[in-house]
Amino acid sequence: MNIGFKTQRKILPFIFLLPALVFFIVFQIYPLIKGLQMSFYNWELLPGKTSQFIGLQNYINAFTDPIFLRASKNTLYYALVTVPGQMILAMIAAVLLNALPRGRGFFRVLYYIPVITSWVIVSLLIRYLFQSPEGLINYFLTNFLHITKTPILWMNKASTAFIPILILGIWKGIGWSMVIYLAALAGVPKELQEAASIDGANSWQNYWRITFPLISPTIVFTLVMLIIGGFNVFISVYLITGGGPMQQTEVMLSYAYHQAFDYLDFGYGAALTYTMGAIIIILSILQIKFFRKPQEIYA
Amino acid sequence: MRLKAKYCQNTILYLIAIVGAIAMIFPFLWMISNSLQAHIFVIEYPPKLIPDHPTLDNFIRAWTSNNFGLYFLNSSIVASTATIGAVICSAMAAYAFARFDFKGKEILFTVFLLVLMVPDIVTIMPKFLLAKTLGLRNSLWGLILFYIGMNISLNTFLLRGFFESQPKELEEAMVIDGANPFKVFWGLAIPLAAPALATVTIFTFLANWDEFIWALTIIDDQAKRTLPIAIYSFQGQHGTEWGLTFAAMIIALIPVVLIFISLQRYFTGGLTTGAFK
Repeated sequence: MNIGFKTQRKILPFIFLLPALVFFIVFQIYPLIKGLQMSFYNWELLPGKTSQFIGLQNYINAFTDPIFLRASKNTLYYALVTVPGQMILAMIAAVLLNALPRGRGFFRVLYYIPVITSWVIVSLLIRYLFQSPEGLINYFLTNFLHITKTPILWMNKASTAFIPILILGIWKGIGWSMVIYLAALAGVPKELQEAASIDGANSWQNYWRITFPLISPTIVFTLVMLIIGGFNVFISVYLITGGGPMQQTEVMLSYAYHQAFDYLDFGYGAALTYTMGAIIIILSILQIKFFRKPQEIYA
Repeated sequence: MRLKAKYCQNTILYLIAIVGAIAMIFPFLWMISNSLQAHIFVIEYPPKLIPDHPTLDNFIRAWTSNNFGLYFLNSSIVASTATIGAVICSAMAAYAFARFDFKGKEILFTVFLLVLMVPDIVTIMPKFLLAKTLGLRNSLWGLILFYIGMNISLNTFLLRGFFESQPKELEEAMVIDGANPFKVFWGLAIPLAAPALATVTIFTFLANWDEFIWALTIIDDQAKRTLPIAIYSFQGQHGTEWGLTFAAMIIALIPVVLIFISLQRYFTGGLTTGAFK
């Protein structure tokens, strides 16, 4: 069969696109639409029953649900603590490694190991270290640093149960931002810093007046990426506290997941995740619009 | 005098760097140390980093009597198949976006981008129902097919940028010489894209290897577990046998660390440029 050149040119792109499109439509687009629909229903999982359309009721319920509000507050709290925590420590690490005469690569690998380790492993590891009463952290606090007399029962109170989650969030992320900052620092022209030093600037002034303004686009980029990552917090909460005690450490996604797969309320669960998804899309669009070319939103 | 000050300063810098490194890897050292101790149920007091009688007993027990050999195999099958599928599909799609003109191209690409921004867990409930309808629950195919779907938009997006950055001339010359577009794609564009494909392959493989939430959601059958959920369930059932759990974790971590150390240049490359400019 001989098809014309013109027809061939028209069909060709779709032959290349076809495999990706099949997966994309079946496993991404369809669930996205289906989920949106579910969020407007009192969704029945059992085959015999019919789901009832309830409009925006699931979303309205979400904003009056005290546990969801607490979960949202916890999510925000997580982002507010871990984002600056990661950025500051990563920047210190980057400036430090950048100043090392040699061995930079070696330290970079070590600092990056938490980043490449799966959330499941590090979450369970942190839970082990924070075990009460006989965990290693308690041992250090009582027998070594003598901060407390009796071991802290980390998981008994929301305020202490959230601490391992926050520490994990910061610790695991430092390497990622650090590698990005190191690349940005390498791009700062040496001549500028040398000229400033000759003019009498000390290294502190040099950093804040020369380096910092030059790498600020990179800093803003990591800021937005980390905020998005912060809103996505889930596995660490699910594995370390399970949202407990008494659902006090739930975050948005862990609460949504519990609603869907423990209480089997798929409609409400979908409304919760779509609320979260909307926040993340808005953040992502702001990021692209104001800060960088879309080619660079890679995490 | 100045030399001495410099020397002093460097010593301090190295000390801080070493303290930082210890903070970053101590939990892993602790994990290794505990995995080498037989039957620890609670932490010994005072804790010891170097075990008195190191043994590989936990690794042997995890691998044989606790099925981690099987879970390792499951993870390998799922992660490699899904990665190959996702990379091939997205390379073809990315090539179409980069080299052909067709109606609705930019709109379609924007849809890819928008979907890329939505975290996978947002659609986990409809995906669960879909898997149920398609009979993909408790099957490795249920993981493979959905993982391909999850990775396609990011990879297409990254590879399009790469293909566009490549000169067209060679491909055009091949077309003039009478090669058909598939030959140009497989014979020229793909080999030239090898570094970019390697980066995308590594990231996709690691994401699939570590994927937890979807596997947790659709796999109940013990025999179909992948490593992340096997470790999680194992820890839940044998809450006190941490030595065994740690051995299982190390088994899961070994390929990741090996890939990272041997292919490091692809990691930093993919990360720092943000993409392939």
